[in-house]
Amino acid sequence: MFSALAGMFGGIGHRIIDRLWRFGSGLRFFAYILIYSGESFRRLHLTIREIYFTGVLSLIIMLVSAFFVGMVLALQGYNTLQRYGSSEAIGVLVALSLVRELGPVVTALLFAGRAGTAITAEIGLMKATEQLSAMEMMAVSPIARVVAPRFWAGVLSMPLLAALFSMVGVLGGYMVAVPLIGVDSGAFWSQMQASVDFKEDILNGIIKSVVFGVACTLIALFEGFDAPPTAEGVSRATTRTVVNSSLAVLGLDFVMTSFMIVA
Amino acid sequence: MSDNIVEIDNLSFGYKNRLLHKGINMVFPRGKVVAIMGGSGSGKTTLLRLIGGQLKPVSGQVKVAGKVVHEQDRSGLQALRRKMGMLFQQGALFTDLSVYENVAFPMREHTDLPESMIRDLVMMKLNAVGLRGARNLKATELSGGMARRVALARAVALDPSIIMYDEPFAGLDPISMAVICNLIRNLNDALGATSIIVTHDVQEVFSIADYVYFVANGVVAAEGSPEDLRKSELPFVHQFVHGEVDGPVPFHYAAPDYRQDILRSRNV
Repeated sequence: MFSALAGMFGGIGHRIIDRLWRFGSGLRFFAYILIYSGESFRRLHLTIREIYFTGVLSLIIMLVSAFFVGMVLALQGYNTLQRYGSSEAIGVLVALSLVRELGPVVTALLFAGRAGTAITAEIGLMKATEQLSAMEMMAVSPIARVVAPRFWAGVLSMPLLAALFSMVGVLGGYMVAVPLIGVDSGAFWSQMQASVDFKEDILNGIIKSVVFGVACTLIALFEGFDAPPTAEGVSRATTRTVVNSSLAVLGLDFVMTSFMIVA
Repeated sequence: MSDNIVEIDNLSFGYKNRLLHKGINMVFPRGKVVAIMGGSGSGKTTLLRLIGGQLKPVSGQVKVAGKVVHEQDRSGLQALRRKMGMLFQQGALFTDLSVYENVAFPMREHTDLPESMIRDLVMMKLNAVGLRGARNLKATELSGGMARRVALARAVALDPSIIMYDEPFAGLDPISMAVICNLIRNLNDALGATSIIVTHDVQEVFSIADYVYFVANGVVAAEGSPEDLRKSELPFVHQFVHGEVDGPVPFHYAAPDYRQDILRSRNV
């Protein structure tokens, strides 16, 4: 009985220590990225190339999703608002939901699924095929050459993608609210203009998307760099990227929203 | 200046509680082709990684050009690595780059040469390995032998003083094997470099090596010129060189009695 309990607590303790160890390794990895970032800024073409892969190639899925999210928001919003005779406020509801929450959060979740997994798999495979070791042996730092440009590409892409997501989402909401439901176009735009505040809403959304960009890209890069160099190792790392990024985004969203509302 | 460009002195290395190397001593003279041989899992590739500073020894030291590798800071290690070229077992070519870009990679990273000069140098290196015509192919479009040759061109791109080869003959057809074999010797002599070859292909390496080390059970079990080792009566060397089934090197990994194992699995 005692040995079974000891074994159970030992197992829990071991897992906690393992998680803490990985968290520490992740922070050290982040510090290395910052240290080596100067080299990647000097060769900006590397970062621009990665912005194309992580940002531009993610555009289609982001924009299509944004359009549908905006349309659903308008439908659901109208359904509720009309009960209170406030259907003219549908533009405000769509815009605030997108700019404050759904824009940054859904963009980050889609980014983790589309670009994050690609980053993890690519770096994991580079490790498995000894490309990173080869780079090291050529006196080229893999963090400076491979990791840092991808990190900054992710961090720069995320707020831009989130802004486009919100913009196309609002357009989707407009398409449902105005031509389909018949809400007055002037009321849709003017109420939105009057109620959406730059600092309170848009700036906070941008801050969120930058933080999500750091979190999602860092997790994707770390999981790839830390993956065991086997097919199974890369596959598990890719799964961890999606799970950990999603949890991080939702957790950070709650924390940041709390601070922003209190402030 | 010492005659030896690499010196391994009483080196021990291991993972967790298992020591892979137990006090290994080796020297690699300038201008020579030296082979490190031994069975699978004897730690040959690990020795290359220790020379390259990718691993740190438990005790002892590796000296490259008179400098202790594991005591170097980042810039010191980078400076030492610029003297080295390494051919990885599977080539380790960058799959997002073409053959040309792969060979140009170290030149672009470490020199400020104009593009026209880089082009000339890349063409020279690719011509040396017979793949000038394949310069526009992607790394993923190459066969195993071609990938190995491109990797060799990349490894010697900056004319290193030390060239390390990790299983350069593994999985090659006889023609590719002979080509790589000649390339290793010719490049070594042309560049005045020192080559360290890790392999278990006896005949090929004996035809080009000046000196051979045999590693077994974590120590240097035998050493000498290929001629000496061919004549060696040491049981381990004899078994390895002649590819004999019976000898001190067991084929089976340590396991309990076969009969008892089978009976236990049937619950008899």
